[in-house]
Amino acid sequence: MSDAAIPTPARPAPITLVGPIAWVRNNLFSGWISGLISLVLLFLIVKWALGFIEWGVINAVWSVPNNQTQACRDLRGTGACWAVITEKHRFILFGTYPYEEQWRAFLSILIFSGLFIVSAMRSFWRKELALVWIGALTAIGVLMWGGVLGLNYVPQERWGGLVITLILATFGLAFAFPLSILVALGRRSRLPAIKALCVIYVELIRGVPLISLLFMASVMFPLFLPEGMNIDKLLRAQIAIILFAGAYLAEVVRGGLQTLPRGQYEAADALGLSYWKKTGFIVLPQALRLVIPPLVNTFIGFFKDTSLVLIIGIFDLLTAGKTAIIEPAWQGFGIEVYLTVGFIYFCFCFAMSRYSQNLEAELNRHRVR
Amino acid sequence: MSQTSIDPRSLRAPPKRPIKLSWSDERVRGIFWQVVVVGIVVSMVWWLWSNTVHNLEVRRIATGFGFLGREAGLPIAESLIDYNPTNSYLRALMVGLLNTLKVAVVGIILATVFGTLIGIARLSKNWVLRTLSATYVEVIRDLPLLLQLLFWYAILQGLPGPRQALHPAEGVFLSNRGLKLPWIQWEGAHSLALVAFLLGLVATIMYRRQALAKQIADGVPRAVWPVALVCLVALPLAAWAALGAPFTPDIPALRGFNFQGGLTLSPEYFALLAGLVMYTAGFIAEIVRAGIQAVPNGQREAAQALGLRPGAVLRLVVLPQALRVIVPPMTSQYLNITKNSSLAVAIGYQDIVSIANTTLNQTGQAIEGIAIIMLVYLTISLSISGFMNWYNARIALVER
Amino acid sequence: MLAFGQHFRRALGALALLGAAALPGQAQAQQAPANTLDAIRARGAVICGVNTGLAGFAQPDSQGVWRGFDIDYCRSIAAAIFGDASKVRYVPTTAQSRFTALQSGEVDVLFRNTTWTLSRDTSLGLDFPAVNFYDGQGFMVKKSAGVTSASQLNGATICVQPGTTTEQNLTDWARANRIQFTPVVIERLEEVVAAYVAGRCDAYTTDASGLAATRSAQPKPDDHVILPEVISKEPLGPAVRQGDARFADIVRWSHYAVLVAEELNITAATADQALASDQRPEALRLLGKTGDLGKMLGLDNAWALHIIKAVGNYGEIFARHLAPIGLQRARSPNAMYTQGGLQYAPPFR
Repeated sequence: MSDAAIPTPARPAPITLVGPIAWVRNNLFSGWISGLISLVLLFLIVKWALGFIEWGVINAVWSVPNNQTQACRDLRGTGACWAVITEKHRFILFGTYPYEEQWRAFLSILIFSGLFIVSAMRSFWRKELALVWIGALTAIGVLMWGGVLGLNYVPQERWGGLVITLILATFGLAFAFPLSILVALGRRSRLPAIKALCVIYVELIRGVPLISLLFMASVMFPLFLPEGMNIDKLLRAQIAIILFAGAYLAEVVRGGLQTLPRGQYEAADALGLSYWKKTGFIVLPQALRLVIPPLVNTFIGFFKDTSLVLIIGIFDLLTAGKTAIIEPAWQGFGIEVYLTVGFIYFCFCFAMSRYSQNLEAELNRHRVR
Repeated sequence: MSQTSIDPRSLRAPPKRPIKLSWSDERVRGIFWQVVVVGIVVSMVWWLWSNTVHNLEVRRIATGFGFLGREAGLPIAESLIDYNPTNSYLRALMVGLLNTLKVAVVGIILATVFGTLIGIARLSKNWVLRTLSATYVEVIRDLPLLLQLLFWYAILQGLPGPRQALHPAEGVFLSNRGLKLPWIQWEGAHSLALVAFLLGLVATIMYRRQALAKQIADGVPRAVWPVALVCLVALPLAAWAALGAPFTPDIPALRGFNFQGGLTLSPEYFALLAGLVMYTAGFIAEIVRAGIQAVPNGQREAAQALGLRPGAVLRLVVLPQALRVIVPPMTSQYLNITKNSSLAVAIGYQDIVSIANTTLNQTGQAIEGIAIIMLVYLTISLSISGFMNWYNARIALVER
Repeated sequence: MLAFGQHFRRALGALALLGAAALPGQAQAQQAPANTLDAIRARGAVICGVNTGLAGFAQPDSQGVWRGFDIDYCRSIAAAIFGDASKVRYVPTTAQSRFTALQSGEVDVLFRNTTWTLSRDTSLGLDFPAVNFYDGQGFMVKKSAGVTSASQLNGATICVQPGTTTEQNLTDWARANRIQFTPVVIERLEEVVAAYVAGRCDAYTTDASGLAATRSAQPKPDDHVILPEVISKEPLGPAVRQGDARFADIVRWSHYAVLVAEELNITAATADQALASDQRPEALRLLGKTGDLGKMLGLDNAWALHIIKAVGNYGEIFARHLAPIGLQRARSPNAMYTQGGLQYAPPFR
């Protein structure tokens, strides 16, 4: 070994290991079964995508003059009739809200979106966030109801469309969340009567479908109240959704409480803290941090579940979409409306689920070694 | 504190002292708050109850379950038991309950199979398969189930009418009236054979457990398949042959407006099933993927090092460990399928909610109608969670 | 961490306060006195329970404005009470929730294609002051099926909406005529119509008005045939709470006012002119120029004039909303009694 080693320049890796060809080989054609699957799937995707583009773009009708849908009917299903969306988009988004005042509903949707975005940023997770929520929800109430600041009064039964979906979901969360914390704490309480009440509430609500609660709110709830007093339909549905959401969120929060090490409780006891001080300063701040990702997922669930108010006749986004196609001229264009409504739901839910995944990764970063 | 003879364990437990009637005693406060909370809840329930009783009286709404015995007069399209509109409401509700169970049980089985396949596909080495299944999971979970059901129903109605029905094989028709399949005329012998098959299944499972226990004891593998063949195939066949082996095919044929005879899968059932299975499979896929990923790679590598074949690695090492992560969230998905089947009411499948709903509308007895719905779902939910908890306890890690 | 908990707790407290402040405020705002007319006056609007969407009767247009036959009747009540037809609030109700909504005072009056039956009149605490549309249940089939009579429907699949009298009429009729059928029972109107159009059913059964509306909405109405048999009587009209005779009177006579206006040939356009120049005694009493029929109802004497100027006479309402969806008035029960129909108003004196 006396010869000095002559450094040879590093050879490029063989083309079969790096680069696009290798990638294709590894990821698409690693075996003959894999190759076959790739080819079949790619063929189907391209075929369906072309078919959809032909139906949805090339052959589609985008607008028709004054409700004359003959041009759409002549397509006989070979193309989409987006004219129904062009004509009805404001009804789908705002329902029966007065036409000239619909900018108010639109503004409310923007405030809701802004509220979600602000709440999603970790740098805003401060005391002021609660004030922002109260401020935003009040502003939405003022905008939607009106009656002050020179805005015309709009009774609640005229609200509709996307705003109703956002209201039901957001207010549902805003009220269900505090409720769920109390119930989760109650379920872990050492006081047997309180524990029993919380267990009964959670198991009863989680054992029945949301539909049955909504039916209850719609036909049974008016019987519960004294004569002459009644609560409007939207509020009744909202209460049902809050009760429903509260039970599910309580289980999420309880999961967070359970993952907290016992030592934390014992340390707080050792410091001589009272129950509420222990809970407020030691337990909840740690437990709630753990449950934020499942909380967002549960919220996505409610956001979708608000569509069930269709069954009791409240004009949310989906109901408004279905009502839009009752008018004789527009009957039979359900697929176009469902696709549009689905797209709106998807935008909201997709954004939230992406956010939840990122947040989970971020919160777990300290655990990754 | 110079005494050292005290048992050290008694120091850990808080000293037992009599309850002092003072606010500073934690137990007194506990009792006080419990009395307050229970008092509030009870008085609220009493208030609602008295309002309800008063309202029912003023509005002259009948109460009680007497209506269950009255003639229902409502038509039901599909039923697992004999039913006609002259039967009682009770029987109509039974039909609805069976329809709910029919869609829930089949839905749970199919969603598990489909969801598991997609969950495994998400971990595939094939890029197209992986991306496609990831997209599927993302899209299907972000759309409301009700919207999906309406969409599926709209699609199924686009099938041709009965006279232009798709006819891929003899006796199989696919039209907007549903899927028609050839069937046999059901007789006593078939029921007996079914019972024999179920008994055989139980016997096979018991034999397999014993065989496994013996294999663990002496290391000699024992074949299960001959016993399974006898119990699952020969026994039912023998039972069927003993009653004369009746076999009359029931082939659907177009007569008048509709297909007559054969086995029917209605579009409503199909749309509900497809919607529930596709939606829930998206969630189950994520659960399965998380479960498989939760098994440390070392387990797989160790199993391979022991020389196990890939199938055996999955079956004997990975899956049993993944199941511990999978079963609890799977339970809530099964509960969700059952509860979500109540959306049938939107697309015209007559499940328990749909029939109870019509009943309460015809009789005006809302409280009884909704109580029936809630009771049915509570019973089903508690049974499923009971079973899954038992299963979970069985497969749980035995901690030492 | 500590700060988070503190902030969080305050946020909770604030939210709870907000909730406590918002909920009772809502509930109290809706307290309804026993006297419906006073409640309406105090509120400044009539609350009208309507269908969630039925072409011709009640349906929001692209701008979200409710339009239809039932809607015009709601407007006529507001015109009678306030002299302003726009003072109406519409609450969409489902088939299940409609009676509860009326009983609990959530709505003042129900204009929602509700059939007047003995059991509803007696056991639900409701009154049916008038019949503004005579309907009857029928069948519609596709022309290509070659069916000309309902008796040929044996073995057919029939689409029907559940929970209404329609479903029970269908089973009664099938039993009486020994006809076997397969039902397809779908709750929402647009779904059940879509199912029929797509061929899921051979026949669709509902009230004749609904059939006509559905037929006329089709791209080719001639492809569908409404069978001649009418298997039930469906008198549709408003419903009010029992025990408030004064408000029931207003609802009843508002309907008769538009009928009498048609008899006297007074329309929305000619009402002012008639007030100035008409010499017929009944016309003068109707328009409030002589007598005080309005006072007797507890209303302004010009109540009927307001109604006619806002919505026109019965013929105009019918022509505006029901003729476009393909309903014939001539030779139907809804023609005036002078033309062989059933629409007949007691005298205005």
